[in-house]
Amino acid sequence: METVKLTIDNKQIEVQRGTTILKAAREMGIDIPTLCYMELHDLNIENKPGGCRICVVEVQGRRNLVPACITKCEEGMVVRTHNPRVLNARRIVMEFILSDHPKDCLTCAKSGHCDLQNMAVRLGIRDIPNQDISAMSTYRLDTSPSIIRDLDKCIMCRRCEMMCNEVQTVGALSAFKRGFMAAVAPAFEQNLEHSPCTYCGQCVAVCPTGALTEVDNTPQVLRALADPSKTVVVQTAPAVRAALGEEFGMAPGTLVTGKMVAALKALGFDYVFDTDFAADLTIMEEGTELLGRVGKFLKGDKDVKLPILTSCCPGWVNFFEHNYPELKDVPSTAKSPQQMFGAIAKSYFAEKINIKREDMVVVSVMPCLAKKYESQREEFSVNGNPDVDFSISTRELAAFIKQANIDFNNLSDEEFDRPLGESTGAAVIFGNTGGVIEAAVRTAYEIYTGKKLEKVEYEQLRGMEGVRSATIDFNGLPLNIGIAHGLSNARKLLDDVKAGKSNFHAIEVMACPGGCIGGGGQPLHHGDSSILKARAKAIYEEDVNKPIRKSHENPYIKQLYEEFLGEPNSEKAHHLLHTHYFDKKKKIIVKQ
Amino acid sequence: MSKYKMHLLVCGGTGCRASESDLIVENLKKELEEKGLQNEVQVIMTGCFGFCEKGPIVKVMPDNTFYTQVKPEDAPIIVAEHVIKGRKVARLLYTDPTKKEHVSDSKHMGFYRKQIRIALRNCGFINPENIDEYIARDGYMALGKALQEMTPEQVIDLIKKSGLRGRGGAGFPTGLKWEIASKNKADQKYVVCNADEGDPGAFMDRSVLEGDPHSVLEAMAICGYSIGATKGLIYIRAEYPLAIKRLQVALTQAREYGVLGKDIFGTGFDFDIEMRYGAGAFVCGEETALIHSMEGQRGEPTNKPPFPAESGFLGKPSNVNNVETFANVPVIMLKGAEWFSSIGTEKSKGTKVFALAGKINNVGLIEVPMGTTLREVIFEIGGGIKNGKKFKAVQTGGPSGGCLTEKHLDLPIDYDNLVAAGSMMGSGGMIVMDEDDCMVSIAKFFLEFTVEESCGKCSPCRIGNKRLHELLDHITKGKGTMEDLERLKNMSLVIKDTALCGLGQTSPNPVLSTMNNFWDEYVAHVVDKRCPAGQCRDLMQYSINAEKCVGCTACARACPVGAITGERKEPHSINTATCIKCGACFEKCKFNAVVIS
Repeated sequence: METVKLTIDNKQIEVQRGTTILKAAREMGIDIPTLCYMELHDLNIENKPGGCRICVVEVQGRRNLVPACITKCEEGMVVRTHNPRVLNARRIVMEFILSDHPKDCLTCAKSGHCDLQNMAVRLGIRDIPNQDISAMSTYRLDTSPSIIRDLDKCIMCRRCEMMCNEVQTVGALSAFKRGFMAAVAPAFEQNLEHSPCTYCGQCVAVCPTGALTEVDNTPQVLRALADPSKTVVVQTAPAVRAALGEEFGMAPGTLVTGKMVAALKALGFDYVFDTDFAADLTIMEEGTELLGRVGKFLKGDKDVKLPILTSCCPGWVNFFEHNYPELKDVPSTAKSPQQMFGAIAKSYFAEKINIKREDMVVVSVMPCLAKKYESQREEFSVNGNPDVDFSISTRELAAFIKQANIDFNNLSDEEFDRPLGESTGAAVIFGNTGGVIEAAVRTAYEIYTGKKLEKVEYEQLRGMEGVRSATIDFNGLPLNIGIAHGLSNARKLLDDVKAGKSNFHAIEVMACPGGCIGGGGQPLHHGDSSILKARAKAIYEEDVNKPIRKSHENPYIKQLYEEFLGEPNSEKAHHLLHTHYFDKKKKIIVKQ
Repeated sequence: MSKYKMHLLVCGGTGCRASESDLIVENLKKELEEKGLQNEVQVIMTGCFGFCEKGPIVKVMPDNTFYTQVKPEDAPIIVAEHVIKGRKVARLLYTDPTKKEHVSDSKHMGFYRKQIRIALRNCGFINPENIDEYIARDGYMALGKALQEMTPEQVIDLIKKSGLRGRGGAGFPTGLKWEIASKNKADQKYVVCNADEGDPGAFMDRSVLEGDPHSVLEAMAICGYSIGATKGLIYIRAEYPLAIKRLQVALTQAREYGVLGKDIFGTGFDFDIEMRYGAGAFVCGEETALIHSMEGQRGEPTNKPPFPAESGFLGKPSNVNNVETFANVPVIMLKGAEWFSSIGTEKSKGTKVFALAGKINNVGLIEVPMGTTLREVIFEIGGGIKNGKKFKAVQTGGPSGGCLTEKHLDLPIDYDNLVAAGSMMGSGGMIVMDEDDCMVSIAKFFLEFTVEESCGKCSPCRIGNKRLHELLDHITKGKGTMEDLERLKNMSLVIKDTALCGLGQTSPNPVLSTMNNFWDEYVAHVVDKRCPAGQCRDLMQYSINAEKCVGCTACARACPVGAITGERKEPHSINTATCIKCGACFEKCKFNAVVIS
């Protein structure tokens, strides 16, 4: 590999040709400040429009300052990253950006986690001159079920546009207008609700300011907790326990399951259950469905829909309904674990504790913002009463715990309540890309072959590559599995399905890169993809430490079927735990 | 083929057409037919003659009579007197303003004497919608020579030796640009013509495209041959419908004649050209933004390197040149590099087309050798300042340039001299200003333009320019301080130093240049709250001279805000706090009692 030698801040370094000044400097421990630049290395995602001009450095011989994030190192280059010329330029540029930004840090949802705020602190900005004569670019506020857009705070970093168009290929966001009023929004400045937005929340996950934030549902949860007539039940998704600790200063990848349960109990929830229980339930239903379809296919049925697609990710379901509505009967009809939980809690469990459906409030804690939208889907309610009342994200839970001045770090571990709190290792791996299908395989294998699985780990289904595939030997029957995370990768697999070219029997799709551990509601990674890897590792660790690791061996799942549902795909199971999909292709109607 | 004994050339440039020159053509043709002369006298609609101030222009050949300010109604008399009787129509002849005598041949006019028309060589001579006339003036001979007698390397070498530099504004050596593109290997390359011409007041490229479109097509084909491109693209602003039409006609005719398309001149070289249209964005004149616009993306620039010669349209090596640059190529090919480099200065060869505008007598399009001084351009060719006012400054390079003052009048115009003087050549717009122009207002005016046209991608231009504009507005309203002037300078230097593309990197130039050359004017605005040129309304005070006022109350009645008080037959007075400086009282007063200071 060809190398070049250059000097940065009077120190020599040799780097591979093609390395940018920013990366070369980082290798030397020089941290040039950046704002719009973002790289999620392990996911192969990079945003570098070179527009904010904060990372400018001086290169001897060039007339102007150059952006370090884009400029490639050349032989003999002499770079200065912090001389007075550079420092003055950075400060003035920052003053420009701040001069067109609302000054409401004190009440902004992003305060304390904001990249812009952090940069202003780092650059030592003490004054924004001429504020009395400075116009501000202001826009209409847009609230959707999951995401709030406050364009006044947009700094045109283009991260959300990049995620939405290139990583997700959803295309709900793009730059509009030009000059001072330029910002990033849906086409024709529509609300997100009228755009192809899937609410995956990846835009929120990368926004450096408070321009894109989540809808905060904690006030409603608090009100429910305060209502003595309500029994408030909470369920927690697998990916939450591997990330919640980060909000309390713990290292990424610290499992905090026990503390999380303790905190929820301290907050006053009547029952602290686990979405993982419903994940085991999902495997029962979906695994049966998978085997059913494969069985029909092997018998020669030409009409059976294969591959079967997982359906637990609401961002993916939205994407599917927008882009492939003609394939509506291809995904599994199984609801997501969140929704299955709600349906069971308000029927099976409500009966058990003898309370009316209307007196139970089901809250979910999710790594996901699309879950807020999912809980509001009309078909997931009975006579107007939703199966899941409110969904809050990991970030909202952390804020809630802090507001309640609970000393999270020093809580003693507590256990989930029963019967809806018991789960297996198969359930917890739902949080990772490849986890859902691995869990399904563990159960489907034993049911299909009648043999016991000695080794439950399927490494060939794991990893961070966007599209993966593996063939699992079901005792002579080769089952072809496809996995995609990030909707651009889902699109690739779906285009094959649409064209009739897909060789897979089952495909798992997660909308968020990395799977749910990288969800739009998780603690912000600020561009550090090693955090995602650490969370994924923690999830697999939790699986290893579970006594039971296959969904069908969960005794409380068995009890649920015996006492209530009968068997997987029974009429009752179908009624409570299955759903159907809609054609949501967006048409733009221009009114004259 | 009929042999005409006389030709009537009528200017068909947009300026003259706006004054019904197409009707002049129609009427002349009608007259000639009525008199049965249609086979002896040909009427041709040509491109721009350049003397826009005196348009519509009609030129009679072969005696070279130059008629100015012709109206459609003049057609009968031109035919009756000049064509039939051989007597020039005196009232349509140009009158020299100093000598006060008629000048009938344009080569004796102050406007034309020092011009050498190379890029504009065919404008005003041929019908741009007839390829035969282009060919008759050696059209497509250069392409033939290149394809049949020269190698691509030899073509590039010739252009390099000629010293031709980009006429779009930056002045990059054209031969070198072609050479870099030719060295990059790819399965497809492109030749791109930048016909966006966004500078306000600039119409050099428009005139070339309207008056001599084939010169550009031929040059693009020559360029394609030299760099190894088989496809050309012309990106033209949608606001030039006539130029678009002329190009479309030219392309059709060129393809019919086989000088564009497959196997040109049977040499195996393929080259064809497509048109692409702008949508009203000045920033799309920047080459990378232009390329992205053609690709169907948002018209935003991207960081350079990589340059288009390496990665351009659709990621392929592309050579982007300005219209005027291309217009020079065919004649350089035929007349040689020595000839071209004998004109101009040491580092800036050839000529430059300028669009003269502003407070100048001879508004129009000129082409002069590099090295001509500003004094020659403004006072000889331009005919001096309008209404006998005093010259104050000339803005070159449009919103990206700076102003030059009295002390620069003897500066020989070339790329490097203008940059050294704090301005730049730009595309060739020259706006002349007199004593009544406030330089702070001028800076503000240019910032208004760049604020509007900024694409919004980078912070310094998107927000910084807006802040510059606000501060300038603040100053023109009399609310600025000396600290504001310091901040103006610092902001300008940082914006220049950090902006992503040429638009942002040059938008502070008008501010810096006017501050540099007219510092006292800025100081007067902030310290004395006074506008020396008398242009900034908010800094003007209206008052009534009690000695001259007779108390007729006409001013008080005219005042829309009731700022004037006074008894009949008593001297009136103006309340300066209420006064909105509309000037109604000034207009009304018959006794010159209203004073503006």
